[in-house]
Amino acid sequence: MATSAKGPANTRFRQDEKRRDSDHVSFLKHRGFRWLWIALALSAASIAGYVLIDQEPRPNGGTWYGYTLGTIGLGLILWLSLLGVRKRRINPGAWSLKAWTSAHVYLGLSLIVVGTLHTGFQIGWNVHTLAYVLMLLVIATGIYGVIVYATLPASLSANRKEMTRAQMLDALTAIDRQLESAAQPLGRAEADLVIAALGQDVFHGGAWGRLTGSYPRCATTRALNGMGGHSDETARVAALLAKRREQLAQIRGALRIRALLEVWLFIHIPLTIALIAALAAHVISVFYYW
Amino acid sequence: MGEIYTVAIIGSGPAGLSAAARAAALGLSHVLLEKTDHLSDTIYKYQKGKHVMATPSNLVLRSDIDFEAGKREVILGLWDEQIEGHKVNVKYMAEAKAIRGTGDAIPGSVQQLVTRARDGTKSVREIQRHAPPYAIELTKGEVVMAENVILAIGTQGNPNRMRCPGADLPHIQYQLDDPAEYVDEHIVIVGTGDAGIENARGLAEDPAQRNTVSILNRGTEFPTAKDANVKALMADHEAGKLMIRTESETKSIEPGFITLTTRDGEIRIPCDRIIARIGSAPPRAFVEECGIEFTSEDRGAFPRLSPVFESTAPGIFVIGALAGYPLIKHCMNQGHDVIEFINGNTDLKPADEPIIAAKFADLPGNRSTEEWLEFLRGNVSILNGMNPLQMREFMLDSEAKFFSAGEVIFERNAPGSSLFGIASGSVAVEVNPADPSVTIPIEAGSIFGEVGLISGRRRGATIRAAEDTIVVEISRLAALKLQSQVPSAKAAIQRISIERQLLQMFGSGLTREDVAPLVEAAKVEEKRAGEVVVTEGADDKDVFIIRRGSMIVEKQVGDRPVFLSYLPAGSYFGEMAVIDGSTRTATVKAAIKSEVIRLPGEGFLDLLARNPALRERAMADMAGRRATNAFIEGQKDSFSSVVDMYSQTAQFLVDNGIGEATDVLLIDEKLCIGCDNCEKACADSHDGLSRLDREAGKTYAHLHVPTSCRHCEHPHCMADCPPNAIKRGPDGEVFIDETCIGCGNCQRNCPYGVIRMDAKPPKKPSLLQWMLFGSGPGPGEASYSWRKKAAEKEGTAKAKLAIKCDMCSGIDGGPACVRACPTGAAIRVAPDKFLTFTKLTEDVE
Repeated sequence: MATSAKGPANTRFRQDEKRRDSDHVSFLKHRGFRWLWIALALSAASIAGYVLIDQEPRPNGGTWYGYTLGTIGLGLILWLSLLGVRKRRINPGAWSLKAWTSAHVYLGLSLIVVGTLHTGFQIGWNVHTLAYVLMLLVIATGIYGVIVYATLPASLSANRKEMTRAQMLDALTAIDRQLESAAQPLGRAEADLVIAALGQDVFHGGAWGRLTGSYPRCATTRALNGMGGHSDETARVAALLAKRREQLAQIRGALRIRALLEVWLFIHIPLTIALIAALAAHVISVFYYW
Repeated sequence: MGEIYTVAIIGSGPAGLSAAARAAALGLSHVLLEKTDHLSDTIYKYQKGKHVMATPSNLVLRSDIDFEAGKREVILGLWDEQIEGHKVNVKYMAEAKAIRGTGDAIPGSVQQLVTRARDGTKSVREIQRHAPPYAIELTKGEVVMAENVILAIGTQGNPNRMRCPGADLPHIQYQLDDPAEYVDEHIVIVGTGDAGIENARGLAEDPAQRNTVSILNRGTEFPTAKDANVKALMADHEAGKLMIRTESETKSIEPGFITLTTRDGEIRIPCDRIIARIGSAPPRAFVEECGIEFTSEDRGAFPRLSPVFESTAPGIFVIGALAGYPLIKHCMNQGHDVIEFINGNTDLKPADEPIIAAKFADLPGNRSTEEWLEFLRGNVSILNGMNPLQMREFMLDSEAKFFSAGEVIFERNAPGSSLFGIASGSVAVEVNPADPSVTIPIEAGSIFGEVGLISGRRRGATIRAAEDTIVVEISRLAALKLQSQVPSAKAAIQRISIERQLLQMFGSGLTREDVAPLVEAAKVEEKRAGEVVVTEGADDKDVFIIRRGSMIVEKQVGDRPVFLSYLPAGSYFGEMAVIDGSTRTATVKAAIKSEVIRLPGEGFLDLLARNPALRERAMADMAGRRATNAFIEGQKDSFSSVVDMYSQTAQFLVDNGIGEATDVLLIDEKLCIGCDNCEKACADSHDGLSRLDREAGKTYAHLHVPTSCRHCEHPHCMADCPPNAIKRGPDGEVFIDETCIGCGNCQRNCPYGVIRMDAKPPKKPSLLQWMLFGSGPGPGEASYSWRKKAAEKEGTAKAKLAIKCDMCSGIDGGPACVRACPTGAAIRVAPDKFLTFTKLTEDVE
């Protein structure tokens, strides 16, 4: 026990102490904006090179400087796309995904400068410009991603109110059970409304509903509006329906925020794959027509 | 009265069975008394198909009955068969009620029976012991006579019985095997623990059974039940499936009806069946009535036994879990051995002989096992009070080690909760981390490492062997057992620890003589979580040292208490009022269950007066604390909301167990995008099962405490682990090793619900296979159905074992949950570093 804890354990202890002591900052602020500074330096160097180096006959992807920028850009794009693998394979190696995300964001942004300078501002209807446009689209969706990552988590947490997703569904099931027995004495029309509310899929509404949080065909709201009469039974059912609507609102809120946090990935990643394909075509054609 | 057996064995668990089989094999006249209608009730009651483990694997089995790891049914079947084969004389439905000697009174052998009432008062009753043969009175009135009695009744005890009039009626039961058995009945459940709630819910589950179920609750809360169970019960109540009767107690029972006392008076309701789940009584009272003394009044104490398992009542032997050996193999070996002893085979070496011999193999000196045991017992002062049997058992959980001069025994900041005793030689303590040449010697016979044992914190100083030294390293478990068995050892450890704590607290330069009067006057006090030790504005003058646990310091600012700081074990407080004679400037209360050393103020002042250097240091410390307090109070005037936030967040974290944590996962929900990558990384780093539940747990001001191990200073999970499989690793992590038997005690003991019981799933296809061909369930924990199917395909059913966070011990880079967080939301912190103003008010975005 104690004797095995010599030198190496103390090294790990020091590592652990550092971890316990610091590192409570977001991926954007990681290590005092280390990757922001690196990205800025890369961009500044690229611009300086572009301005200072005399490129013949004109700034263009085909000059030696253009090739340099292109190689840097291609390398960056391929490396940035590896985040998807890194995220799913945390061992072996002492990686921090936060550092990778930080680098991904800032180096990805620096591609706007590197890529644009590589084009030499020569835009046309060809596979080269296609690659460039795809790259800008990937970056644009990425910027959306950074914005939602920075702004939405707090509302996700507030909406959750310490409940897990499973607990939210359980709470709904519990309300449904009570509704079912409470609705027994109701008249036909009202009972049908409750049955419709209970029968509706919790996840109904499709992608649009999820992203906007608008559910015009919500059977629970409809049932609540349709509860006429002033008997004790209807009042109890109406109260339960209101509870159900609230619970649904929480579930839908969670779904909506999650959807907003994730929707961009459905564009970002396919576009990245398209970008890599376009880049392959771009590189091959450039060398083929050398 | 009939035959007088040579030996009567009470209890047919592994220990009793093995003893009975040995007795049968030797041809001794014997009887095995079992209170139920089947053998080995504890294992019989395991759930169907449970995998029973056989640890420790290095211990040989010495029994006429076979045993190896396997399914409950297989083991029970084998035992039934072999008991039959050995022609063991078993008497079923024979529950012993009392055992008394029928011979002459044994002169001078009087048993003191201490009973403690709920209000803390004690009464003492004396019983004169009588010589064998013993009369064993059974609950059915029959009496069995025997020369020797072997008690192998385990520690489960009997369920507590109802005590109101009518409590002996046959429709009252204390167990529910199959809730589906009962239909159309009015059933009343008594007891609101998990067992009662689960029974009630089970009986009301299916409306087709048409049972009318009510559960009685003396109060209005359910303090002893799991939160999830309580919620489910409430939901069932609201849905009208069953009825919770709060503030109700049973007054009397008659066939068909039960009368309850409620807040609104008495009511009488129909009742066809009563299921009482009101806990169980440990068998101690029964055992003591037999004339058997325990080693101490401690709840965890065991009967006092001789090397041949004989208790203080001559002719009554105690083996198995009741004797302190919860593992099946130990029990079976003891069953065998005790019969051999009774039969006169006194030369028999215990089955653990090779294990103990191996512990001494590497020591210089060429002594026999007995000589080594005697060497340690005689030379280490805290071991002096032990007998040879205790020494043997003690040695199983301890190590003897040799260090040559200059060798490091442990290093400062290394984790470790073991205690060391110096058998020969001496050691040097490096008291100044900056200058290793400044040392304090500790001589042979004394102990060291006690601070780690008591506080649960890391080693405070590096210790080297000053010359060639033999030490005995006493594991935390053995040290705790030693303290409960040998009161003098407990007192010695306490005294030394107070002295060392004082010396360490006030820096070098003090000598043992300096602090001696203070040590003499010091008192150790236990504090409940939340108990106030020092009250703001009071004018008491004592100084306190936190021995174990931790404290929080609060000050009333305006109308609210403001959290000032967190004090870990080893800190002192209360000195300000003593030094400058003022009233207490802040309130100090226990964050968790803690122990403090109370030092009288005058003694402390005397010490300061005699040591100017110490006085200076105390003044400097005090100025530092004043500055912190003043800073927070100053902030309060200008940034009131920030201070409130800090104060409340700190309080929230303490309420969620951070006060006893050493390394805890927190999630900043201002950054968490809910991707669950932490859980996936956890599962992928550990056999495919996640040890954390991100979503579950409490949240305050976007700071979330997920369900994940806190690596407590004094882990609750360690409290009752039969194979002692839960240990603290080299990096301070609390982990479960491969000797886990899957009993689930740790899961029940953990107040934070971070331990799960599950079988290790088969290997998944690789990430590449999943990415390219979609084979397998992908990253993270596979769904239950996938695991089940894959395990079936593999064909080897694995036992469910306890699984918990091990802080990614041995994995490069440290905890995967933190490394896998893409946004920096997941952090792992230690309370003394995190519960500070700067950390809690940091702007992370």
